Amino acid sequence: MAYSVRKLTDFSAPSLDAASSELASALSQASAGIQSEAEFKIFRDYWMGRKGGVLTHLNDLWLKASPGPNKRDVGQRVNELKKKVEQAVESTLARIQTGESAGKLAAESLDITLPGIRRPIGAEHPVIKTMNEIVRVFRNLGYSIEEGPEIETDFYNFESLNFPPNHPARDTQDTIFIAGQDSKPQRDRLLLRTHTSPVQIRTMQKMKPPVRVVCPGKVHRNDAADATHSPVFHQVEGLAVDTNITFCDLKGTVDHAMKALFGSSVKTRFYPSFFPFTEPSADVQISCIFCDGKGVRDGGPCRNCKASGWIELLGCGMVDPNVYGFVDYDAAKISGFAFGMGVERIAILKYGVDDIQLFYHGDVRFLEQFS
Amino acid sequence: MKLSPSWISDFVDLPVDFARLADELTLSGVAVEGISGEGDNTVFEMEITTNRPDAMNHYGVAREASALYDVPLKPLDIKLPSFQGKSDITIDIQDPELCPRFTAREIRGVTIKPSPSNIANRLQLLGHKAINNAVDATNYVLWESGKPTHVFDLDLLEGRKLIIRKARSGERLKTLDGVERELSTEDLVVADAAKPVGLAGVMGGFDTMITEKTKNILIESAWWDPVTVRRMSKRHGIHTDASHRFERGADFESTVPSTNRVAQLILASGGGALIGEAIDVIARKIDLAPVEVDLREVRRVLGEKLNALEVMRILTRLGFPVLAGREESYLVHIPSWRLDVEREIDVIEEIARLHGYDKFASTLPPYSGEVRELPDAEKNDRTRSSLLALGYNETISLTFISKEDARLFSTSSELDLENPLSEEASAMRTSLVPGMLDMLAYNLHRSCDSVRLFESGNVFEASGAKALQSKSIALGLTGKIDDALTAGLAAGAASRQLSFFDLKGDVETMLAPFSHWTLYYDSQAPAYFHPGRSARAILDGTTVAQFGQIHPQIAEERKLKQEVFVAEIFLDRLYQHDLRQILYEPLPRFPAVERDFSFVFDDDVRFEKIYASVFGLSILELRSFVPVEIFRGEKVGAGKYSLLLRATLQSDVRTLRDDEVALWAEKITVALNALGGVRRA
Repeated sequence: MAYSVRKLTDFSAPSLDAASSELASALSQASAGIQSEAEFKIFRDYWMGRKGGVLTHLNDLWLKASPGPNKRDVGQRVNELKKKVEQAVESTLARIQTGESAGKLAAESLDITLPGIRRPIGAEHPVIKTMNEIVRVFRNLGYSIEEGPEIETDFYNFESLNFPPNHPARDTQDTIFIAGQDSKPQRDRLLLRTHTSPVQIRTMQKMKPPVRVVCPGKVHRNDAADATHSPVFHQVEGLAVDTNITFCDLKGTVDHAMKALFGSSVKTRFYPSFFPFTEPSADVQISCIFCDGKGVRDGGPCRNCKASGWIELLGCGMVDPNVYGFVDYDAAKISGFAFGMGVERIAILKYGVDDIQLFYHGDVRFLEQFS
Repeated sequence: MKLSPSWISDFVDLPVDFARLADELTLSGVAVEGISGEGDNTVFEMEITTNRPDAMNHYGVAREASALYDVPLKPLDIKLPSFQGKSDITIDIQDPELCPRFTAREIRGVTIKPSPSNIANRLQLLGHKAINNAVDATNYVLWESGKPTHVFDLDLLEGRKLIIRKARSGERLKTLDGVERELSTEDLVVADAAKPVGLAGVMGGFDTMITEKTKNILIESAWWDPVTVRRMSKRHGIHTDASHRFERGADFESTVPSTNRVAQLILASGGGALIGEAIDVIARKIDLAPVEVDLREVRRVLGEKLNALEVMRILTRLGFPVLAGREESYLVHIPSWRLDVEREIDVIEEIARLHGYDKFASTLPPYSGEVRELPDAEKNDRTRSSLLALGYNETISLTFISKEDARLFSTSSELDLENPLSEEASAMRTSLVPGMLDMLAYNLHRSCDSVRLFESGNVFEASGAKALQSKSIALGLTGKIDDALTAGLAAGAASRQLSFFDLKGDVETMLAPFSHWTLYYDSQAPAYFHPGRSARAILDGTTVAQFGQIHPQIAEERKLKQEVFVAEIFLDRLYQHDLRQILYEPLPRFPAVERDFSFVFDDDVRFEKIYASVFGLSILELRSFVPVEIFRGEKVGAGKYSLLLRATLQSDVRTLRDDEVALWAEKITVALNALGGVRRA
């Protein structure tokens, strides 16, 4: 703060110019040196303080002291200088406020390349996540959601789905039975549902067409656990019954759903199959999502589709008229389709999982990958 | 099932190569799952659906190919030499319901020897053992045209007659596989005058089989009731190529041609003479009724405008003769080999199949109904997203547990499995806890020491003759808090062991969204928990959760090497409560005042009691009263603990004065003293 206002004797323009620039350069020098709020306060008071501040001195020593003819010129210059001082104080304050001092900020700096502190959030199970995704696709198409019991009667799991007692098609289901059912009539015997299709029947029993439902859930088969089999797995079943539902509608619906799940470039291929509860029945393949249906990947045959370019994904068909007989629907007036897909199979495809058992161990090293 | 495309081409001139044939058969519903070998040795691995026994042989697949490519199907080449004399064999069908037709044929003077190479090679290519010229002839015919047949050593049959009857109580039969079987009166057998010589449609008898010594042969080809064959196959645990076909339905018209074809093959390789004509006994005729098919129905189901000509052409190619009826209606005759086609819809499927599924358009049906969510969808979402946010990983464990676990972890009566995968998985789970403990152990054994898991699923119990299913959710917790942090930026992120209170807090978070009048916790948790570190949550008088540290002894038995905390929440009970309706409360306008109370209590004074007694003072301005610090140790003395409590006081209408706060503090102090609390200096 070496600067102090000079007493002027010469009020000529050159003399005033010199004095003004002297003040201006002192001001900018002082402003630049301010590094802390404390320093700033001293700086502000020195220049602007009502008692003894530079501006007050200017007023006294220059303006008041100037002779009459020069007063106007001096007044103008003093005003300009006053503005300059005010601006300098303001900008110095702004500079101080944006960061106390470069030195202090430097002392506070962190190694921002260190990892952040993360609060772990739980991971959705890939199978349940996939099941929810499938359900969402159909909900967007106007399908309601239904559930049914995991322990079913023979009637719901088989008979009403057009698997007559002693029909060989039952062999394909590898059923797990509840013990101690021998004294009951066959249709009342309890078993673990082998598919989510019984929910179709339960739904049609409680409501009249139009029906449009998806039924996600757990199913069981008597399959020993290995890399591709699990006694417990999940299915999503769908059912649409209305007047004028056709095989073309089934194709369009399944095609739409597969595109929604696997991407719009996926193609579907339908070919005849057999399920007791649908007629005509179809198996559906999608074009291999690993090799884009080419059958070839990385210069060799695609392992995921066994070089065929297609992956089998779901079963479907037009609801067999016999099924309507079990739920008092008039097969002559309505028609409908049903489809079912294995959730694990789709999750395995989506995430490239190579062992189905990983889904059931609760291994956090596996689960956390889906977080 | 393996088939040879080269053998198929005996019956049809294929316009395509084998690879394309495989692909196109698959697309028409006769699935070829794999191809191996080359040229004449190419083998198709077939996956024929249950409803198509007619396609489980070479001629049947040739018939499909003929329909598919619209090329002629060649007839089976059955030529027999002229027969001599008359056979005096008699066939006595005692049960026409179960055996509508039985055909037999006698050959004499045969030499039993290995089959000629063309027969043996074809059987071997498909993985069947060549045995001798007579037995191989029956196998060859089975794979050629699908009809199971059987050959007896005629000289070992007693009484020159075959009787088809139910087995008698106490009768036994040694079957071809060498197993001596006790017969049931439900079994249908082929018997000679004295004894059963074959299990109908399933397997022939050991004692009357063809051997090197056989000179005279009786060939059998019958039509058996599918359900009867299936029951016998199940009862005796024998599944044969024959039973597989009979239980799906054989071709009623094939008994004579198949008998003749077997005779032809045996005579060609083993010599001998044909005696008399085929003995063909029809006890009951099985006619497949013609089906009326209306083109309007075809369109209604398929949604594509197929014209009459196309439909006629498809059906004719398939061997279904068609007669035109009124308007757009047609009468379709069903060939004897297609027992699966009985109804209009079955014919519609045939039309769709041969037309080609890929030729149908893809459309989306219009819909204007409501979309219903599951009744508990919102509650489930809330629960699940809370747990994910709390850092619990979602899991799925097996639905089965051991009977011991089913009883240890629940008081409900368990449902056992009739055919379990193993002893450890022989009951339906009565609780999610054992599965959760297994998953925690799985992680601990793999050096993952800090684990949070949850599983949402059903548990099961027997209720009379019924099975009850209820929704439950299990939380599993072990290890340290903030373990993940110490791996990164350790500074300031103190790691500590998870405790009962971490779990309790999570349970509280889970229960908080549900509206209720009362919620309290007692210590009456089941015995598999640590008796001093477990609790039940009782919401409006119902136990909705039980949780705590697993009993150290059980933890040790299950090889859990560290403290493990588990909660089970009974969702069916919790979901009886609605989600809390949230109503805004005005924000406080006047400052709050805090006062701390540091007291020493006897151990048996529980916080619940302190809390109730302080709130019992009815100080309206008391907004909260929480424990801030607990201390035990020498300084405090045995059987006692020091507790720092913090009261927050606040008014809605004014700033509190010091004197009134002092008065309330004094009241609280008196209440704490009354509980035996002693203020710490």
